[in-house]
Amino acid sequence: MKDKSGDIKRYYLPPRKAGASIKGNLILSIISALGYTGAVVLFLVLGFVAYNGAGVLSWDFITKNPTDAMTAGGILPAILGSALLTFLCMIVVLPIGIMTAVFLTEYSKPGPVLKLVNMSIYTLAGVPSVVYGLFGLAVFVIVFKCGMSLIAGSLTLAIMVLPYIISTSEEAIKAVPQSFREASLACGATKLHTIIKVVLPLSLPGILTGAMIGTAKVSGETAPIMFTAAAFFTSGLPRSLFEPVMALPYHIYVLATAGTHIEKTRPIQYGTALTLIVLVLGMNLVGIIIRSRERRKKTW
Amino acid sequence: MKLHWRKQEHLTENLLKVVGLFSVVVLLLIAFFLFKESFMIFYKIGTLTIVSGTKWYPTAEPQSFGMLPLIMGTISTTMLTALFAIPLGLATAIYIAEIASHRIKEFLKPIVEMLASFPSVVFGFFGMVVIAPILTTWLSPLLSEKLPAFLRDAGIPFLSTVVADLCYDKLFIASGLNMFTASMMLTAKSVPVIASIAEDSIASVPRTFREASYSIGATKWDTIRHVVIPSSLSGISVAIILGFATIVGETMIVLMAAGGAAIIPNWIFDAVRPMPAAIAAEMAEAPYRSLHYHALFGVGALLFVFNFILSLISDFVSKRFRKVKLGEKL
Repeated sequence: MKDKSGDIKRYYLPPRKAGASIKGNLILSIISALGYTGAVVLFLVLGFVAYNGAGVLSWDFITKNPTDAMTAGGILPAILGSALLTFLCMIVVLPIGIMTAVFLTEYSKPGPVLKLVNMSIYTLAGVPSVVYGLFGLAVFVIVFKCGMSLIAGSLTLAIMVLPYIISTSEEAIKAVPQSFREASLACGATKLHTIIKVVLPLSLPGILTGAMIGTAKVSGETAPIMFTAAAFFTSGLPRSLFEPVMALPYHIYVLATAGTHIEKTRPIQYGTALTLIVLVLGMNLVGIIIRSRERRKKTW
Repeated sequence: MKLHWRKQEHLTENLLKVVGLFSVVVLLLIAFFLFKESFMIFYKIGTLTIVSGTKWYPTAEPQSFGMLPLIMGTISTTMLTALFAIPLGLATAIYIAEIASHRIKEFLKPIVEMLASFPSVVFGFFGMVVIAPILTTWLSPLLSEKLPAFLRDAGIPFLSTVVADLCYDKLFIASGLNMFTASMMLTAKSVPVIASIAEDSIASVPRTFREASYSIGATKWDTIRHVVIPSSLSGISVAIILGFATIVGETMIVLMAAGGAAIIPNWIFDAVRPMPAAIAAEMAEAPYRSLHYHALFGVGALLFVFNFILSLISDFVSKRFRKVKLGEKL
């Protein structure tokens, strides 16, 4: 059927009214109830940690060094260590990830090479984080002789988050319409110019969202830095790239499982966990908000 | 120095090609180093002896590197988790994609995404300080003492003795750090993975399919069961496979909450030491290039091979998934 403007006009039948099938509705309501599992779990864990950790969190807690064999004081070195690890990791991974995404979307031709690259990215995404830790230990710590250090940990984390950065950047670049590229090329711009002036600026919000959520993922990871970077105690900032650092997730793990003061340091554990969650979920939320804003703004 | 644009183009293209191959190189390097560092243990002791050996005593005097307890720990924990995580994950996916109103969807989707990048060390911590004490101080006395006592008092001929003894035997929880605790937290970690992938594939089922179903009088549940799920089946399978990969590879939760005993588990309340937990717990104390060090890389190599196979399967299945999507052209 066509209306006056010539567009196809569609007529939809509404789904049958509820109550048509008691069994079906029962199943639907069970599914609906189970659908909230994720939300319930998130708020349960978040609420529990916030309830126990809120009292510990204070300005002193996040700006002081640990004292009295870790049973008192703050967690400043762990916060700084995590920040440095994450920052260095992102500096390394973003150029490689974005360039790979540009290669995959703009330069690659269908064929065995492309298949191989895609397969590798897919496989890397499924490698367990502890295996990345082993790899970092064998390569960066031992072969490159970095020792347990900031640089070894950052590089390990960079390799771990690489597939995520590639695939989010690729999605963002793919979302730029082909006609934009053609318009730029038609003006006489070279391919490189088109990518730098048209494609990348338009896909930047998407790439940033991926980077933001990637940062959140990286800062919460423990297993890859356990044998490549993390130290039980350092005071203040590391003086070079080749020194071990403290990190928030590792700090929680060590205080909760090892050492002689597990019960005594419980408040610090809650405080550290709360700090970590606030940072991770905060970055996640910022990424999600950027993305939904951009989606609403998008006019093509 | 300003290069001619043709040269610039050429250089960029070559540079990007090199960078593009970076991830292939990384994957090959990971495989190479895992097998290089674990070769010694498989060569010295024999692959079969290691994989089927039941004694993991890496630091005892006659060293023994049987990985079966670790492998069984991983398999049993994964199975128990899958039992919770797959139904919950799929229900979440179906709810978000098919049932929830637009507003609830806008609220639940970010939550699921946030849960996916929630630090697993906090889940492990939560398992240790919340789930474990609940199991030992509340659930265990309730199920292994009060329930048998109640059954005996009730005096039902068969039930009172057999079931009471069974409860007494099987539901007594000696330590809160066990397979069950780990599974609960692993469920929390893997539900968002399963849910988000399955939700994508369910949402990509063309609307026309649903309308066709409604138009012949099918209810919502009929439509979900007979139309939506069958046409997104391969996407759902990919979600389940990748969920398995997440559970198998998750380290911090099993390290902190699974109890860490390297014995083949008999029951869900036994302490286990799954493979990632063994690596994470022992690597720090294994001397460089000792047999123990090589054995831990061996465990890592097994994990890598296992996840590699899962990736291959899910890649294969997702290729079929694209064929299903042809329906969009209708």
